[in-house]
Amino acid sequence: MSETAQPTPPQSAHHIDVKEFHPRARAAIHNPQIRQNFRKAMDGLMTKRKSAFEGWDLEALRDLGANIRLRALANLPDLLEQLEQKLTENGIKVHWASDGDEACEIVRDICIARDAKTVIKGKSMVSEEMELNHYLGEHGIEALESDLGEYIVQLADETPSHIIMPAIHKNTSEISQLLHDKTGTDLSNDVEYLTANARLQLREKFMNADVGVSGVNFAVAETGTLCLVENEGNGRMTTTVPPCHIAVTGIEKVVPNLEDVTGLLALLTRSATGQHITTYFNMISGPRKADEMDGPEEVHVVLVDNGRSTIYQDDELLDTLRCIRCGACMNHCPVYTRVGGHAYGTTYPGPIGAILMPHMVGLDEGRHLPTASSLCGACGEVCPVKIPIPDLLVRLRQESVDGDKLHPAKVSGHGAKRGAMEALIWKGWSWMHARPGLYRMGTSLGARFRKLQPGKLGGWTQYRTAPKLAAKTLHERMKERSQ
Amino acid sequence: MSSRDTILQRLRNRTGGELTAPECDFSVLKRPDWTTAEKLDMFERTIESVHGEVHRTTEAGWIDRLAEILQSRGAQTLLIAKEHEIGKALKTATQNREDLPQLLVYDEPVESWQEALFTEVDAGITSTRGGIAETGSLILWPSVDEPRLMSLVPPIHIAVLKASELYTTFHEAMHSQNWAAGMPTNALLISGPSKTADIEQTLAYGVHGPKELIVLVIE
Repeated sequence: MSETAQPTPPQSAHHIDVKEFHPRARAAIHNPQIRQNFRKAMDGLMTKRKSAFEGWDLEALRDLGANIRLRALANLPDLLEQLEQKLTENGIKVHWASDGDEACEIVRDICIARDAKTVIKGKSMVSEEMELNHYLGEHGIEALESDLGEYIVQLADETPSHIIMPAIHKNTSEISQLLHDKTGTDLSNDVEYLTANARLQLREKFMNADVGVSGVNFAVAETGTLCLVENEGNGRMTTTVPPCHIAVTGIEKVVPNLEDVTGLLALLTRSATGQHITTYFNMISGPRKADEMDGPEEVHVVLVDNGRSTIYQDDELLDTLRCIRCGACMNHCPVYTRVGGHAYGTTYPGPIGAILMPHMVGLDEGRHLPTASSLCGACGEVCPVKIPIPDLLVRLRQESVDGDKLHPAKVSGHGAKRGAMEALIWKGWSWMHARPGLYRMGTSLGARFRKLQPGKLGGWTQYRTAPKLAAKTLHERMKERSQ
Repeated sequence: MSSRDTILQRLRNRTGGELTAPECDFSVLKRPDWTTAEKLDMFERTIESVHGEVHRTTEAGWIDRLAEILQSRGAQTLLIAKEHEIGKALKTATQNREDLPQLLVYDEPVESWQEALFTEVDAGITSTRGGIAETGSLILWPSVDEPRLMSLVPPIHIAVLKASELYTTFHEAMHSQNWAAGMPTNALLISGPSKTADIEQTLAYGVHGPKELIVLVIE
């Protein structure tokens, strides 16, 4: 391990200050271990994704993905009602939650009604949004993560640093040390051994858990089917072994037809990890029937809004809701790769987090998120459902500094970054640019007195050299040319 | 107003107005018509790339092959279905041969024997509703006779697949079998043994589900 500064570990999401992005990013950049772990992982994921799409008409496939999502969003309220009706017909109980707190209360109440003390969890980013584990813990209900990565992150009392690979910020020896300290597993760099031990410990937990909580990748309205994508089998365990299964999902996850799932699945696993398909694609359409031998006797679905219906109001912002949570945007993001997921301090890191989280925490709290990008465009290029992420980043940047009363404020915290001095400077800038004579005089003065330009320009010259003014203005050069 | 009504009302009264739904062109998922032999080759290649094991056999020879496989693993117990022809054939076979492991039938609710299922069963054998060549996937619809945990809890999962029931793509399989008409309690695509790469991107097989997936293809 290096002696340089460690990034502040975001112990639990509930006391992270999203605003403190810069100190966390700076610490991460100076931490060689973090840099190395992310670099290695992201390089591998980019290569795998590329080879997984070989032989495909990727543009046509992405068009299909985008259209499937747009079609679903166009009919969202009808589809949600159809989904509710079908799920109910299938014997699944449907709940609606306006925000994370209400969703937590619903899960708690189901647990209380069943006298449940232990909850085993499959991977669910919505439950991270809800901070469900923390909430249940406060109410005397133990929630244990069963996805290996989530299990590691939970043992470390951290949050996921990547939406698909939660423990990607740690290397094998760090994980070995953690498992040794927390579970008594022998120290070893043998991943098979570490995995086998976790399997043993978690099998016991699956057998004894009162409730299983999972997420949902796609919810199909026409048949009332919940689809889960996974490799480990913990998702199947979670949704099959405990007597009660609660699935939590964002309201945007619904699609009209089963057929839609084939297109989205083809994109999701290849974009995420470069797999043709995951080991398990699990489709659940009801609780155990009277004569069946296993499966939960009760299945619940919690449809969580948590800001999504607000995003839905605006034509441009709406595209945020297309996301199928593959993580390709973070895998390809030069900023994410360097600072890692924890620097963002949000449930969803990387480019998708930068356009989604400001809606959940507000632009005042999340003011730095849309600026955590070089606008290189890689995220938009790889997005399997063609979300114009760079455009949305720019839109949120504008909203965060906009003070014009004529622009309707769409995102909470609108204008939070607006500074009087900066606003004045830009006003002067536009005033001068609207007056050609004045503009020419200004640039020509700049060129004459360029030697007086300061060598240091605050934050800009911290990592870059200062731009130098040319000896002649563009106007002067063009004039010379035409002579 | 309930949260349900609030959410639905907000979505319906969208400030941006009504949205138009685009057309979806699924033709990009289509593949050329492959022969059964081509599909089988593709299936084999794909599932073996994720540690699935494929054995090509026949209606007459699959029990011999199964016995060999299970003996090589030292399996003592095999979980079978009560009514399915696979289970019945194995039951009949054990009357004349000694090389098969002890057969266990999953004919009681899991609650009455969960501990034994988790600790004492070495292998489980299930049928399939076909396979998908492109992704190397098995289609399983667990049932009363072949419950969900048969293909999940035992360390070895053996699946019997008829070569004639191989589809080229998931899209084709779903349409040919008319899934939209009604789904079972649980339906699955299984593509290899359980695996994880959560520790430093290093692949490890057999996390929570089976460590081995063995496919007996009946040609």
